[in-house]
Amino acid sequence: MPKDGGIGASTKRREDVRFLTGNGRYTDDINLRGQAHAYFLRSQVAHGKINGIDTAAAEAMDGVIRVFTAKDFEGVGGMPCGWQITDKHGQPMQEPKHPILAEGKVRHVGDPVAVVIAETLEQARDAAEAIELDIEDLPAVVDMKAALAEGAPKVHDDLTSNLCYDWGFVEENKAAVEDAFAKAAHVTTLELVNQRLVANPMEPRVAVGDYDPWNDNSTLYTTSQNPHVIRLLMGAFVLGIPEHKLRVVAPDVGGGFGTKIFHYAEEAFCTFAARQLKRPVKWTSSRSEAFISDAHGRDHVTKIQLALDDANNFTAIRTETYANMGAYLSTFAPSVPTWLHGTLMAGNYRTPLIYVNVKAVFTNTVPVDAYRGAGRPEATFQLERVIDKAARELGVDPVELRRQNFIKADQFPYATPVAVEYDTGNYDATMDKMLEISDYAGFAARAEESKKRGKLRGFGIAHYIEACGIAPSNLVGQLGARAGLYESATVRVNATGSISIYTGSHSHGQGHETTFAQVVAEMIGIDAGQVEINHGDTANTPMGMGTYGSRSLAVGGSALVKATNKVINKAKKIAAHLLEASEADIELADGKFTVAGTDKSVDWAGVTLAAYVPHNYPLESMEPGLEETAFYDPSNFTYPSGAYGCEVEVDPETGEVEILAFTAADDFGNVVNPMIVEGQVHGGIAQGIGQALLERCVYDEDGQLVSGSYMDYAMPRADDLPNYTVDHSCVTPCTHNPLGVKGCGEAGAIGSPPAVINAVIDALQRGGHSHVTHIDMPASPSRVWAAMNAQ
Amino acid sequence: MTKVTLTVNGRSMSGQAEGRTLLSSFLREELGLTGTHVGCDTSQCGACVVHMDGQAVKSCTVLAQDVDGASVTTIEGMANADGSLGTIQQAFQDHHGLQCGFCTPGMVMASAALLAENPKPTEAEVRHYLEGNICRCTGYHNIVKAVMAASGQDAGGAVAAE
Repeated sequence: MPKDGGIGASTKRREDVRFLTGNGRYTDDINLRGQAHAYFLRSQVAHGKINGIDTAAAEAMDGVIRVFTAKDFEGVGGMPCGWQITDKHGQPMQEPKHPILAEGKVRHVGDPVAVVIAETLEQARDAAEAIELDIEDLPAVVDMKAALAEGAPKVHDDLTSNLCYDWGFVEENKAAVEDAFAKAAHVTTLELVNQRLVANPMEPRVAVGDYDPWNDNSTLYTTSQNPHVIRLLMGAFVLGIPEHKLRVVAPDVGGGFGTKIFHYAEEAFCTFAARQLKRPVKWTSSRSEAFISDAHGRDHVTKIQLALDDANNFTAIRTETYANMGAYLSTFAPSVPTWLHGTLMAGNYRTPLIYVNVKAVFTNTVPVDAYRGAGRPEATFQLERVIDKAARELGVDPVELRRQNFIKADQFPYATPVAVEYDTGNYDATMDKMLEISDYAGFAARAEESKKRGKLRGFGIAHYIEACGIAPSNLVGQLGARAGLYESATVRVNATGSISIYTGSHSHGQGHETTFAQVVAEMIGIDAGQVEINHGDTANTPMGMGTYGSRSLAVGGSALVKATNKVINKAKKIAAHLLEASEADIELADGKFTVAGTDKSVDWAGVTLAAYVPHNYPLESMEPGLEETAFYDPSNFTYPSGAYGCEVEVDPETGEVEILAFTAADDFGNVVNPMIVEGQVHGGIAQGIGQALLERCVYDEDGQLVSGSYMDYAMPRADDLPNYTVDHSCVTPCTHNPLGVKGCGEAGAIGSPPAVINAVIDALQRGGHSHVTHIDMPASPSRVWAAMNAQ
Repeated sequence: MTKVTLTVNGRSMSGQAEGRTLLSSFLREELGLTGTHVGCDTSQCGACVVHMDGQAVKSCTVLAQDVDGASVTTIEGMANADGSLGTIQQAFQDHHGLQCGFCTPGMVMASAALLAENPKPTEAEVRHYLEGNICRCTGYHNIVKAVMAASGQDAGGAVAAE
């Protein structure tokens, strides 16, 4: 019987009402009295030397207030990078300066060169056209391997080369891995491209800077997933504004998918310009501008090898990846191909020896950073593709080859050779569930039926592991993170019993206002309507690290449980006083405190009122009031896992791939709101199918972005996608957080690309195209047709 | 600048527009109706869909000066008279047809136009009709369910609890 409230109920989202009536408050909906508008003039070439910028004509135009260029930022810090990688020789990565506006050189199409501030946006845009830029074209580097060649043009002249770092993991295991390959009975090799993507949340980025000169207070309204992180980075490292003089507000945010984690130049610019001009300054990105200024995702070129013994046991894996950093290091870029990728290379399997090499490369392209899954989709895609290829080479069932090598349910906790310890999981269970729901047993008959219609049907399987809930702060500190990764919550109980929660997590579509209230309501036994969730404003929320990496419930929810438990403990003391009983005898259930074994009780509101009107209250031993804050630092990552099955039909005449069914069986541990969890999985699968079949961010050899708008970049539409069958009934609760939750936000985007491509290859193989062992994403009709017809 | 007067959600409203001012920015900036969203600059995403003289239009494809005197319905005009959610809006909430909410106004307006034209669409017709509206969060599954439910047809799948 489904629950109708509390933990486990598909409670309707309370935030929907404002969104459905046009009453959301997104950053672009904010217009401040006296606000001026900023327009960024951006480089149209990928690489060039700035010989001069003549702004005189622009400054003389109607409505123009001021034109800014790099010279206005002397003494201002550059955009900081939040993660330092140490290379395989023990040396720090090469870390170039990243100025707010381009200094001396432009390094990618979209690199901002000047900003016009005017009374209206139209005036600012018109004036920008009057700026004379003297930029001397320089040869651009776009391809990563070419960028590393001897004599290649350097993106940053003061660095020794375009190599950011050459990382080996685990370097000490390298010789043993080589040895295992030398002894292998079979080695499967796969070279692949995990193509560059653009996250494309539907709300473009916006920044509104405001300044109160009388109190020296700055405020930034911004489209961010983590306002406290922006305040810390921008205040401490860029503009030199202490936290108590800087407020960052991220109101309703229209999707993030990672690309709104990072601290962007436009945020620092608007905050800086508002202080200079002593009036609000607003910038709203156009979509075309988003394509050349939002951090991109993925962009790995990889060779993976899997070694097996003569009984088909995995004995070793080695991978070599080139990871594109773009022209500058975005906030968390260096961590994505390393710690968020290398540590996942064990997947769900007992492979004893693994070596991962990653070369991160600067090119004249937009910076690349975390996008939904961030490193984990790249790891999963390689692994699940190479296992599928190995199964074909060995003539064994891809399901059985996986099962044979799975970490078994009785082997947890399981320490992998890539430095992580999985707490729980049951991979056979999720695999069984997926095969059952997708009617894998009936596939052969369906394939036969397709064949009669001249179509090629295929079934693709992928099993993923994810590391969510980043992360123990002391661990990530050792790995180069320049931030802690705890989360926070304040539970402010009001006098009449209602509760105001202030969380460091941020909701930009995830529904925290509903689910976090479900958790607190269940713990106390009151109606969820009495609990209000506040987030997104550094002025009232405790310092927290925000929302990404599927961490909100696992880390933020744990902080919330901790703070709520502190409140309950104090409330029990108050109840004990009111009931003249021993605290040990007080029980809380259904919003009522009872003395165990008696009918003496006081309700929740009676206790909260006593806390704030302490007439009958143990003032000598306890403070009045009922408000607690907790910070929660996780002791480990969480490890959701799941089995994904994709059934496709390929039209051999056109190469077109149609997805007929998509099944996901996920183990997310405990689930607070099944409806919301299913929605998260749907959205992740859609982005994964988008990567597998449609999306590709393309640069030409001169560094021009060819796919720079929705006319050219294939966003998945309603009729491109199937319905999804999703299941989360396989539950192995997380053992190290209080809710036993694992996180569900990225799973869909991680598990689905290899399932789709495995299905396409399966269809072609079954259709007699046995020479086709791999197709790079997106598996567009032209690529599929060309692969089928290649001889 | 020219004065433009529209009937918006049944009320006469006026503002100033340049020749290049789009209806989407006129609604948002001049009339303060920020429920209509702008998600692209190539008329692809559909976040800005409104109804103009009974037709669904992408308001970023319309020049405000060209439609002086028109009758426009925006997302702000879609609730019932008592303020409760209209049928389509309610179906979107019941079936979790939205996450971040940014594409939602355009989705609701496009869905309303579809159901006015075709009160009992098939699922394939819903998917085809909504091709001009991009959602990055939901994967469309629950949007399609919501529109089917709003049309009085069995949407299948789970419905939210209160």
